[in-house]
Amino acid sequence: MRVSPKLGFGLGVYLGLVLLAFGAHWIAPHDPLEQDLLNTFAPPAWRDGGTSTFWLGTDSLGRDILSRLIHGSRVAVTVALIAATCAGILGTVLGLCAGYFGGWVDTVVSRIVDVWMAFPPVLLSIVLAAVLGAGLHTVVIAIVVIDWTRFCRVVRAEVMVQKSRDYVTSALTIGLSPWRILTGEVVPNVVPLLITLFTLEMGIAIVVEAVLSFAGLSVANDDATWGSMIQEGRQFVRQAWWLMVAPMVCIVLSVLAANALGDGLRERFDPLLRRERP
Amino acid sequence: MSTMRHTDPVLPVLEARGLRLHLADRAGARWFRKAPRLEILRGIDLSVAQGETIGVVGESGSGKTTLGRTLLRLYEPTDGSLRFEGQDITHAREERLRPMRARMQCIFQDPLSSLNPRHRIEDIVAQPLLSFGLVRDRSEARGRARQLLERVQLSQSFALRYPHELSGGQRQRVGIARAIAASPKLVIADEIVSGLDVSTQAQILMLLREIRAETALVFISHDLSVVRALCDRVLVMHRGVVVEQGATDAVFARPEHDYTRDLLASIPLPERDPNWIGSA
Amino acid sequence: MTPPVLLDIDGLRVSVGGRPVLRDVSLQVRSGEIAGLVGESGAGKTMAGRAVLGLLPDAARVLSGEIRFDGTDLLSLKARAREALLGRDIALIPQNPMTALNPVARIGTQIVDGLRMHLGLDRNGARARAVELLQAVHLPDPESLLRRFPHELSGGMRQRVLIASAFSCRPRLVIADEPTTALDVTVQKQCLRLIRELQRQHATAVLFVTHDLGVVAKLCDSVAVMHGGRILEFRSGDDIFRAPRHPYTRALLAATPRFDRPGDTLVPVSAEVLARLQEEVDVYDAAH
Repeated sequence: MRVSPKLGFGLGVYLGLVLLAFGAHWIAPHDPLEQDLLNTFAPPAWRDGGTSTFWLGTDSLGRDILSRLIHGSRVAVTVALIAATCAGILGTVLGLCAGYFGGWVDTVVSRIVDVWMAFPPVLLSIVLAAVLGAGLHTVVIAIVVIDWTRFCRVVRAEVMVQKSRDYVTSALTIGLSPWRILTGEVVPNVVPLLITLFTLEMGIAIVVEAVLSFAGLSVANDDATWGSMIQEGRQFVRQAWWLMVAPMVCIVLSVLAANALGDGLRERFDPLLRRERP
Repeated sequence: MSTMRHTDPVLPVLEARGLRLHLADRAGARWFRKAPRLEILRGIDLSVAQGETIGVVGESGSGKTTLGRTLLRLYEPTDGSLRFEGQDITHAREERLRPMRARMQCIFQDPLSSLNPRHRIEDIVAQPLLSFGLVRDRSEARGRARQLLERVQLSQSFALRYPHELSGGQRQRVGIARAIAASPKLVIADEIVSGLDVSTQAQILMLLREIRAETALVFISHDLSVVRALCDRVLVMHRGVVVEQGATDAVFARPEHDYTRDLLASIPLPERDPNWIGSA
Repeated sequence: MTPPVLLDIDGLRVSVGGRPVLRDVSLQVRSGEIAGLVGESGAGKTMAGRAVLGLLPDAARVLSGEIRFDGTDLLSLKARAREALLGRDIALIPQNPMTALNPVARIGTQIVDGLRMHLGLDRNGARARAVELLQAVHLPDPESLLRRFPHELSGGMRQRVLIASAFSCRPRLVIADEPTTALDVTVQKQCLRLIRELQRQHATAVLFVTHDLGVVAKLCDSVAVMHGGRILEFRSGDDIFRAPRHPYTRALLAATPRFDRPGDTLVPVSAEVLARLQEEVDVYDAAH
């Protein structure tokens, strides 16, 4: 089985992230919370004054940046997988029903989506954090609550396009029930779109978590997350730019990898994109 | 149901009387108001018997495709009556229609749109067999599907392919194989040769000639030459009304309605005629 | 007295992505005459028309041959010089009237822009000329038509607008690429009549690309039958329809249903004819 470079990159990064997240305790060279006030602002190993003890250097409290990044991946992976899955399921189910059954179902769902999207998302998450208290569960819930509409709108539109095609009419004429037509005929044609949406959402979830951490609305303050690391690093960007750049690179890389994963999976499993090779 | 299979030969398989249909005009819809309703079919009378092929001709907007879909009860008529094998199905609920659908099938205009792009050819053809419970299991269905593909002159090698890997003519054969899979009593063929090259078109028409003895066939087309080559009777539609109908030979030899004459005069035959094009 | 040759395609060989699509295509269109290029899908007829317009796909390579328009070789012409010819001396009537017009621009803007660019008319002059053109294609109330958007017009009206705009700069050559395929027969006849009328009026040469032998028979002065990227037979329309010489031409005619001859059995192009054609193509490809 040949794996395209895109799929390889995407899969590689995400498998790596999951591995890091689960094995953080064993993989990380230091305790992410351990302070070493003699070694604050140590530069990365390859720069002047860097040591191989702290590969990516240390922050203002002398905590090891590499270890903090590795521990931060746990939050990122949790959010990317759980939030994207929940938002995806909620939005997809509603979008499928609205698009396929139309009528009052569509009217109700579409109006809810319209009203929902009129709320500013940042405000919505701050309100949620205020009600539920800061923490990982709040971040996940905030992402689901904000982003299910993205799935819902796109899936609804795609289902309406698919429904107008004659294979759906044909399925009616061979006596399939609406439920069978939706699940057996329409859904397989929406799956490639779902793959793209889901992987995009993984990237978005990671960014949103970082933003909420940055605003201090995510997990407890001293726990390492990529967003909180950027926030802390921001204050020292002139002395130690790597404090901020390291978590940023992680975020950018995981978002890029999410998009590559989506493209790669589509190309791999979509018979319409698979060209016959002689 | 099984008693209904032996239809009396004089009794038409399908009979429509004064069929009318209104559809909502979505383009004309305004906020907070119901979409205006357009009358698409304005009182159509039509009947087809076993072994008979009837052509429905008309230009775009004549309502011929909508008529085909109404005859299959994909739309519910607003007025008139529709009987299939003697039973009134004008307002029958989908649950009652479902078992009957095995005996009324459709071949669609655009096979790329009517074949699910994510199913393999053999599964597409096997689907009606499974859905109507005509086979015991999937493997029997696939075996039958391969026989059907052979019947429409597609080799076994196509069974495992996807629709987009086939040519237009091959796809249309798959559409025919699926339509005849459940041995229907009525087949509605909607513009099924319009996008094809003449040579492929001739092949598909030959295939239709073979299957038309076993079923009642409603052949919808804009092409009068094709209708003449295939149909026993013809029905000319214009703006939701049948302007002329009769035996094909009679209608073509002595068209009575101006519109029919106009249609015939507009067909460019492949022979030289400097006067045909006329002047404005 | 025969009019001079205006378009001379000479031994044109084109490949797309390494696969030959045109194999030694030679074809002449004389001033004031309509030449038909007829063939089934995949015959290369559209590609030949596009080559003249310089609109070949990016992956296409011209391997050899010349396309001479009034003596100048279009293929060796600089991009600027060729663009100056297109739209002005060589115009296109496209296949699909539904997509060929810009949906967000008014009909008037689309015609007037072309006239100003190619003929250097001012706004009012161009507008007056546009009204004349729409009158010439028998469209009612041209003044108000200019203010309308494409979706407000029927398919037949749109195709008339496209015919009008193709003839707007009095081109010497018009390439018509299946211009009536998407239309109903009654509308098709009107559009064919219109093309014929405008072509006669201005003594324009027309290369009419189509799959429909009937349309070719009624409209074209000379006819080229294409298959597999080759021209199998290129003769006057009278000759081809009186006595088709090539077996493929005869086979195509036998496969075309005719409402006036219900007794004829339709015969698809036979496997022997297709095998012979394939063999010839193989021999040709092996030699090049």
